[in-house]
Amino acid sequence: MVAAGPVIPNFGKGSTCVTGNHVFCWGWVQQHWHDTLEPKLVEHVELSLVAVAIGFVLAFALAIFAHRVRGVSQPLGVVAALVYTIPSIAIFQILIPFFGISDTTIAIPLTGYSLVILYPNILTGLQSAPPDVLEAARGMGLEPRDVFRRIELPLAVPAIIAGLRIAVVSTISIATIAAFIGGRGLGGPIFDALQLPTPFKTEIYSAGFLVVAFALVCDLTLVAVRRVLVPWTRA
Amino acid sequence: MSTGGAAEIVFDHVTKRYPGRDESAISDFSLEIPAGAFCVLVGPSGGGKTTALKMVNCLIPFDAGDIRIDGRSVRDQSVVELRRGIGYVIQQAGLFPHMTVGDNIATVPRLLGWPKARQRERAAELIELVGLEQSDERRYPAQLSGGQRQRVGLARALAADPPVLLMDEPFGALDPITRARLQQELRRLHREVAKTVIFVTHDIDEAITMGDRIAILRPGGVLAQYDTPDTILAAPADSFVSAFIGEDRALRRLALRRVGDVELAPDGGDDAPVVSAATTVRNALSLMVGSQGDRVRVVGDDGETKGVLTFSQIEELLRW
Repeated sequence: MVAAGPVIPNFGKGSTCVTGNHVFCWGWVQQHWHDTLEPKLVEHVELSLVAVAIGFVLAFALAIFAHRVRGVSQPLGVVAALVYTIPSIAIFQILIPFFGISDTTIAIPLTGYSLVILYPNILTGLQSAPPDVLEAARGMGLEPRDVFRRIELPLAVPAIIAGLRIAVVSTISIATIAAFIGGRGLGGPIFDALQLPTPFKTEIYSAGFLVVAFALVCDLTLVAVRRVLVPWTRA
Repeated sequence: MSTGGAAEIVFDHVTKRYPGRDESAISDFSLEIPAGAFCVLVGPSGGGKTTALKMVNCLIPFDAGDIRIDGRSVRDQSVVELRRGIGYVIQQAGLFPHMTVGDNIATVPRLLGWPKARQRERAAELIELVGLEQSDERRYPAQLSGGQRQRVGLARALAADPPVLLMDEPFGALDPITRARLQQELRRLHREVAKTVIFVTHDIDEAITMGDRIAILRPGGVLAQYDTPDTILAAPADSFVSAFIGEDRALRRLALRRVGDVELAPDGGDDAPVVSAATTVRNALSLMVGSQGDRVRVVGDDGETKGVLTFSQIEELLRW
């Protein structure tokens, strides 16, 4: 699964920094930004954000179901916890016979992980409305759908965002392992560099840095979203 | 349901038993609360007073009998309509933490579809009425003290001008000073807005301070006595009631009267302690006993002596 072309630096014509495999070669990063790092970063963003988005929709639907129907929240929670313990490499391997080396094979486990992280958080959030608040709401004549829309849902936002922060960061990190399949995402350059006789440090560090930077940007964005959507806890 | 004004509330042989319990929570409970009255339900825990209150806005269903507001059974209307026409205040206030004070207060007007401007206007009016600052309108419940929260709870309950107000131990979680102040302001407010109020408490002192009428419930949800505070203190219906109101009931009765309202004897107590007309007879008696005399001199706001209150007059007051 060694990718061809520009991903592997050409040691013969490379700078002394590259041929000598120094700690970090800024020149290589500039030279290979457009053909290696940038497209891989875009892939990584797409893979992880699509997975979190689909996972969020599914988790939300499940959490509402569990919130409405008594007795299903616990079994669902146990299943979610179990799913999360399956090693990602194992899931990728299991899915290859069915979906081949494809984005579907990558998307299923990534979506699954974010789903099982988000589900308990969203459910906890929906159930976080204090009993006296719910009683006051009912006593004032809010209908059940008003209680959900105006009370339970807004009060769930802090827990939902907390869940999203964990889901986004861990999905971005697991997506690196997805390069195991077809070299997709920022894990691709890392795997390539590791497969050389001497692992190429610059490529590992620059791709790794981009993973961390992307995760950080997402996390800070969510913190900012929280500040806007949850003004009431900033007492 | 009509808004504004007050409405008569009638409990008509209401019975409630919770599933799995032998004893009834409410047993054959009948009570007529005239429009505009301030009725306190009081009793030990297990007396069913909160249950009785929550049956009025159908938060708790009853098994038999009926409850009518202005002659109309609470069962004859949609629960949502019914509740929007009844103000409801609970102990922890139950404010919506994610909404500002203004939005909390405007909850029912918003549900009723009032125009935005009128909602704002009404919220401002109520903020004034319950003694909050206009600048509190934009604050969140977490930024308020317990007393302020309860004021917001009261404002929210009054927002759509309901004829009936249900209050479930609204001051139970407050410190004594805040509590006394809010009690006083609620009395004033009740005179201003003329609602029929049902107020639940386990505190007999609060019941005596607040109620025009007091309904004492004994365990099992049986009505032990329903009367004015003065009558209950003067003539408790049975040993349960007299035990519940305590041995100092004579003093409690005297605390209900102000010396200015008593027919005073002509002056003649030059060296007696001086009290203002607003002093309670109970406190006047305390001064009298403390000074080892048998009279106090009552002075009006202008400093002029209005007369004297003697020990035998106090005895006379209690004789009734």
